[in-house]
Amino acid sequence: MLILIFMNKFVIEVKNVFKSFKDVEAVRGIDLNIPEGQFVAVLGPNGAGKTTLVEMIEGIQKPDRGEILLFGKTWKDNETELRQLIGISLQETRFIDKLTVYETLRLFASFFDLKRDRVCEIIELTGLEEKQKAYTVNLSGGQRQRLALGLALLNEPRILLLDEPTTGLDPTARREVWAILNKLKEKPDASMILTTHYMEEAEQLCDQIIIVDQGRILKSGRLDELLDANNKNLDDLFISLTGRHLNEQTDQD
Amino acid sequence: MNKLIRINQIRFLFLALFKEIIREPGVLFWGIGFPILMSVGLGLAFTQKTDTVRKVAVIIESHTIQNDELKMETISFLDQFGKIDSKGSENLFPYKLTVNDSVLGKNIFMFGRMAWSDAIINLKRGNINLIIIDKKNRAEYHFDPLNPDAQLCYLKLKKLSTHEDLSAIENESEIKPLTVNGMRYIDFLVPGLIAMGVMMACMWGISYGIIEKRGKKLLRRMVATPMKRSHFLIALIGVRLSMNILESLILFIFTYFVFGISILGSLLALIVLFIAGNISFAGIAVFISARTSNTEIGNGLINAIVMPMMILSGIFFSYHNFPDWSIPILQILPLTMFAGGLRSIFLEGGGIKQIALPTLILITIGGVFFGVGLKFFKWH
Repeated sequence: MLILIFMNKFVIEVKNVFKSFKDVEAVRGIDLNIPEGQFVAVLGPNGAGKTTLVEMIEGIQKPDRGEILLFGKTWKDNETELRQLIGISLQETRFIDKLTVYETLRLFASFFDLKRDRVCEIIELTGLEEKQKAYTVNLSGGQRQRLALGLALLNEPRILLLDEPTTGLDPTARREVWAILNKLKEKPDASMILTTHYMEEAEQLCDQIIIVDQGRILKSGRLDELLDANNKNLDDLFISLTGRHLNEQTDQD
Repeated sequence: MNKLIRINQIRFLFLALFKEIIREPGVLFWGIGFPILMSVGLGLAFTQKTDTVRKVAVIIESHTIQNDELKMETISFLDQFGKIDSKGSENLFPYKLTVNDSVLGKNIFMFGRMAWSDAIINLKRGNINLIIIDKKNRAEYHFDPLNPDAQLCYLKLKKLSTHEDLSAIENESEIKPLTVNGMRYIDFLVPGLIAMGVMMACMWGISYGIIEKRGKKLLRRMVATPMKRSHFLIALIGVRLSMNILESLILFIFTYFVFGISILGSLLALIVLFIAGNISFAGIAVFISARTSNTEIGNGLINAIVMPMMILSGIFFSYHNFPDWSIPILQILPLTMFAGGLRSIFLEGGGIKQIALPTLILITIGGVFFGVGLKFFKWH
């Protein structure tokens, strides 16, 4: 019975969260519950508040108001424990230029007390075998993004938080990243939040789609629940909700 | 899992940051090559006896010029000694007077006749040291009184003009050169270069390294793992200390073999002071890199700290050349204390007792700046 109660619990709970930067309200009262094993896409245009929301879930930003719980625990007193359970990939991370792919993974593996076997597994998973001795500064955008994903997956995280993991990549590189992420779906206890402004990415990878704009959730649900005769795809839906296309810029950060 | 120290983390952080440095040829050049080149340049300049050439403009007022020929009544000593070599009219300074000196090296005075306006332009450009104007058999010497080289030139010429026999002032027997080890300029210079090297390496290596990593969001990425923040700083400072030991050792070994530099004082005191100097500058480095993620702002901040100390802390010349009121201020600069302490060990045979106070102050400065820096440190 106790086990069942735990299993039914949400791994991420976002409760009425607000966050402002100076006079910009980035997140305005978001509520969100994500059960274990669910892959969620946070879809919205640039400046919708996606990154701020995810950074608060990652414990990088603190909400001005509201509460965020991961596995029922707040960041305040449980940071060390929660860091062991999550994997993250930030928007535009760069690495130590003159460190090889292998050395970079080995360094991050040491933070989780992981051995070289796990590093080799990640190199294989991300398809970076041929680049493992290359300096990170010499990697292409797609290879760099696969490395970022590899770092996020090192500790076999229970929650994976990816902030625009394919932005700026060409279609081939984007599909390579998707292939890696699709493999994760085989693990029943892994949950993921992915921010994106690509509809196709949300459709391909996620069970649940949350559409955000101007710091608020406009609509959420499974793809088939969101689309209807009037809104044949997510862009149509977004236009019907906001009057704008997904890739239009807003003023918010 | 939540151990206070995770050796494995420190080990891999240390290795990664060390590789980052040694794989960058520019870092190796500026850290190791440049101080050696500086010691070679300055060491050779100040340890070799070279000919000193001083150029003088001579303005002849119209009443003294006869038949369009130079007639320098006021510097008639040139004629007396018969050492003037006319090199032809195309040479701006055709008249040469050589004063031989086996102790101080040759002094060569070059004289050229020119108009006052040309002489002033040459003086502004640093081409000449002095202007002599002949005023009815009385010489007037024009020069910047704050220019020590011009002063020296004037004194030497004045002395030459009062002696009948040039050989009387050549090889002056009252000059007894002090060229034993420990008393040369290079002996003064090397401890200063080591201290400056530590300061520069800490400020650029630690501060710039932190700012750059913050700008690249690498710090943010690292602290989003179970990496202990203290371990990152320990590794960063540890790598810098190791590199500083290596760089200083290479500089010392080079100057030991080339210039015969030696350490007269306690080796233990040297180690203690060296670590204290590193702590001091590492603390300051963490403090100034606590907030910004902009490398241009970082550049400015680092320069604002290192440039004044490089000039004022007596690295290349004694800080006692500065006004008396400023001396107490200059003495408490970390680089002044560090360089002064190193010199007391290198040159005066100093031990723990002599460096105890500067060591304590350096560690305190480092500790205070480190503590305040950490308080405001921005990881994200």
